[in-house]
Amino acid sequence: MPEFTHVSEPDIEQVFLQLKSEAEEGGYHLNPDEEFTKNLVRGLLKNEQRYSYRSCPCRLAQGKKDEDLDIICPCDYRDPDLTDFGACYCALYVNDAIAAGEKQAAPVPERRPPRAMRNRQKATRTAAFSPIAPLPFPVWRCKVCGYLCAREQPPDICPICKAKKDRFERFM
Amino acid sequence: MLYALSTCGWCAKTKQLLRDLGVEFDYVYVDLLAGKEQDDTMNIVEKWNPSGSFPVLVINNQKSIVGFREPEIREALRA
Repeated sequence: MPEFTHVSEPDIEQVFLQLKSEAEEGGYHLNPDEEFTKNLVRGLLKNEQRYSYRSCPCRLAQGKKDEDLDIICPCDYRDPDLTDFGACYCALYVNDAIAAGEKQAAPVPERRPPRAMRNRQKATRTAAFSPIAPLPFPVWRCKVCGYLCAREQPPDICPICKAKKDRFERFM
Repeated sequence: MLYALSTCGWCAKTKQLLRDLGVEFDYVYVDLLAGKEQDDTMNIVEKWNPSGSFPVLVINNQKSIVGFREPEIREALRA
């Protein structure tokens, strides 16, 4: 992929402040190391220019949205990594202790299945649903934060974590 | 040899550590490669690190360290 992107400092600052306020609103925190965090924001914006979506700066994107959906930031792995390691894979998002400077963010092992396994999972994935009892509405689950809602279609934007509609899966 | 992504924070820290240690190293930003060159490089990365994550530091074509594991990197390069 040739290097044709340009991300300006004011853009980084603006997106940084926006992500920070959205995070705090939802009970999440950005990494308090501003230089490190803004560098990740630069990576997110660079990926947005390259791929048209904010793919994880610490993972190699395929450049095809349906193959990268799980790593569009915030990724499907952020919340379990926050629970187990106190930080997401990039350490863009951190837990209370790290945000307060009481602990340091450390490298998080990769939770995303490797390339070959992802391809296999894709081949065997089925869309079959057989609820125990018929439901008046389907239930949709946000794969980023776990928010559930019962309605005909998932919302355009998750009201909890702001993930987009395509990050929802049919849950029941 | 350091396999890294141009956008990744831990990759940047690893590269800086190698500079601070004054060791000789080559690096490649795999996200800036295209097509077959990227595929071929990913096959090498996965040989050293089956999860395919970054950064991967390969020391003298013998040993690999996955992630910014500062104590391990310092230890491995001390020899």
